Amino acid sequence: MAASAPAFAAERPKGPLRRAVDRFLTNRAAVAGVAILLPIVLAILSYDLWWPYAPNDIDLLAMNKGPSAAHWLGSDGVGRDVMARLMQGGRISLLVATVSMAISTVIGFVIGAVAGFGGRFVDSVAMRLVDLAMTLPPVIFLLVLASIAGTGIVPTIIVISLLSWPVLSRMVRARLLELRERDFVVAARGMGAGLPHLLLRHGLPNSIDILVVYATLQVASGILLEAGLSFLGMGVPPPEASWGNMLNSARSTLVLESYPWQWMFPGAAMVVTVLAINFVGDGLRDAFNPRADLN
Amino acid sequence: MSQYIIRRVAVGFFMLLALTVLIFGLLRLAPGDPIDAYINPSVPMSASDLDALRVRLGLDQPLPVQYLAWLRAALSGDFGYSIQRGGIPVLPLVLDRIGPTILLMFSGLVIAIVVGIATGILSAVRRNTATDVSLSVLSFIGISSPAFLTALLGLYGFSVMLDWAPSGGMLTPGAPFSLGDLLSHLVLPACLLSIAHSAMIMRYMRASLLEVLSQDYVRTARAKGVREFWVIVKHAVRNALLPVITLIGSTIGIAIGGAIFIESVFNWPGMGLLMINAVTRRDYPVIMCATLLTGACVIIVNLLTDIIYAAVDPRIKVS
Repeated sequence: MAASAPAFAAERPKGPLRRAVDRFLTNRAAVAGVAILLPIVLAILSYDLWWPYAPNDIDLLAMNKGPSAAHWLGSDGVGRDVMARLMQGGRISLLVATVSMAISTVIGFVIGAVAGFGGRFVDSVAMRLVDLAMTLPPVIFLLVLASIAGTGIVPTIIVISLLSWPVLSRMVRARLLELRERDFVVAARGMGAGLPHLLLRHGLPNSIDILVVYATLQVASGILLEAGLSFLGMGVPPPEASWGNMLNSARSTLVLESYPWQWMFPGAAMVVTVLAINFVGDGLRDAFNPRADLN
Repeated sequence: MSQYIIRRVAVGFFMLLALTVLIFGLLRLAPGDPIDAYINPSVPMSASDLDALRVRLGLDQPLPVQYLAWLRAALSGDFGYSIQRGGIPVLPLVLDRIGPTILLMFSGLVIAIVVGIATGILSAVRRNTATDVSLSVLSFIGISSPAFLTALLGLYGFSVMLDWAPSGGMLTPGAPFSLGDLLSHLVLPACLLSIAHSAMIMRYMRASLLEVLSQDYVRTARAKGVREFWVIVKHAVRNALLPVITLIGSTIGIAIGGAIFIESVFNWPGMGLLMINAVTRRDYPVIMCATLLTGACVIIVNLLTDIIYAAVDPRIKVS
């Protein structure tokens, strides 16, 4: 008996979190996404330690030079190093994307959760609001908000946050409507739990999978939205670098035709980052789905 | 059925009304004096004249009253004057730009539907082969690359390097109008516009066809000796198309977003370019009018797809 006890313990079924991690690690695309993303983020965060040029250093002797040993990715119209600007632009793009992701996740969760737990009246008001916000094409809504907020890093963050929450609040609401009828939630209400307690103790842990997946994918979409806005000249204004406003320089035919390194590298950096984040997000979605093991 | 249509139309109508409230509210929040929208900027006015005009236009009234007045004017086609372009009324300015945008979007949509459905079918039929995998990878890239980047790359590749297509505009300036000229300007932007959309349609079509192919009636059709080609085309694809119809309707907004970027890169004289210029110069009357018209189009298209969907699929229980 005593000898069989350790064997029994070793065969204890894995916990749900452990199985989710296993599922994530067996997803090759997701692991590749992490492997691509980590070096990019590390390089962006540490570039000023190992790269000799600063993003706004002007070198009038090196205007519009192609990639070389000194300037790996070339230099732009006023002799600024494209590599340094690419790294600094990555910082700004990631900053805008992650901060707006955090804000829109909070807004989306709170509105979705209040709609789900708050009763029919609150629910229908909140959902009509969401419907309305989703009627306008996202880019049009983005432009209207941008025309009010103006340009700059903070207005860009606000605009992107305000645009992005409706999808999340719909998903959270659907989850919580289902949750509301479960015995443990009914019991908590019966014992007099208030809305904040219900949201934080029951709503939040039970929709954490939705939140994590949304947050991941929202970083990718935030990068694209920032780039789109800056590309049109309504996001992060120069001289600050961002991937979008580096692409903006290609709206001039001269740059587009003659100096492709000035816009192709930021474009490539953006697409690779966004692809990697999307792979990770898809991997997380599958990892959180317990039914994925059955297939 | 007719009850369903009436309900959907009523919902659409209320959405439109709510949209006008939203747009009016948002743009009254905006910095700047709303009176600018009502005066012809090329005519100088004194401060007392402005105050008199303000009273006459009702801008001293509370906001709800102002909203109703604005709505009444808008319904009769009066959206005020463009602030940036010395006193041109807004509506004709916007209406002028709708044609090119519809032409661009419609061409892009047709290409996207044809390419998306064809590659989706191919991908599902050749499931898990090299064809399927490479098409899936391509569609993933298509969905992840933003319209402005594909537009720039397309412009660089096909206009600058290969010189196959003109680099922008809708017609050659100064040349007499000809269909060939229009088409040569249209092909590249329309194809680039269709990339993201066809990638989405392809993924939907693939998933939907795979689900249909695993159903019993498809097995029955195969068992009674129908040839594989006809099983796919006649039995499976027809049912698999249904969810794709809804997708096309619900992604029209994304297509509009893509069109704005394409128009900006290719200098296509449509609503997108107008909207971008209006936003950079804070020309609120133009923004309000263009946004409202676009929103109305999206609501109408969604309404139509819902109705078509219900009409085509008798399984939809009108609820």
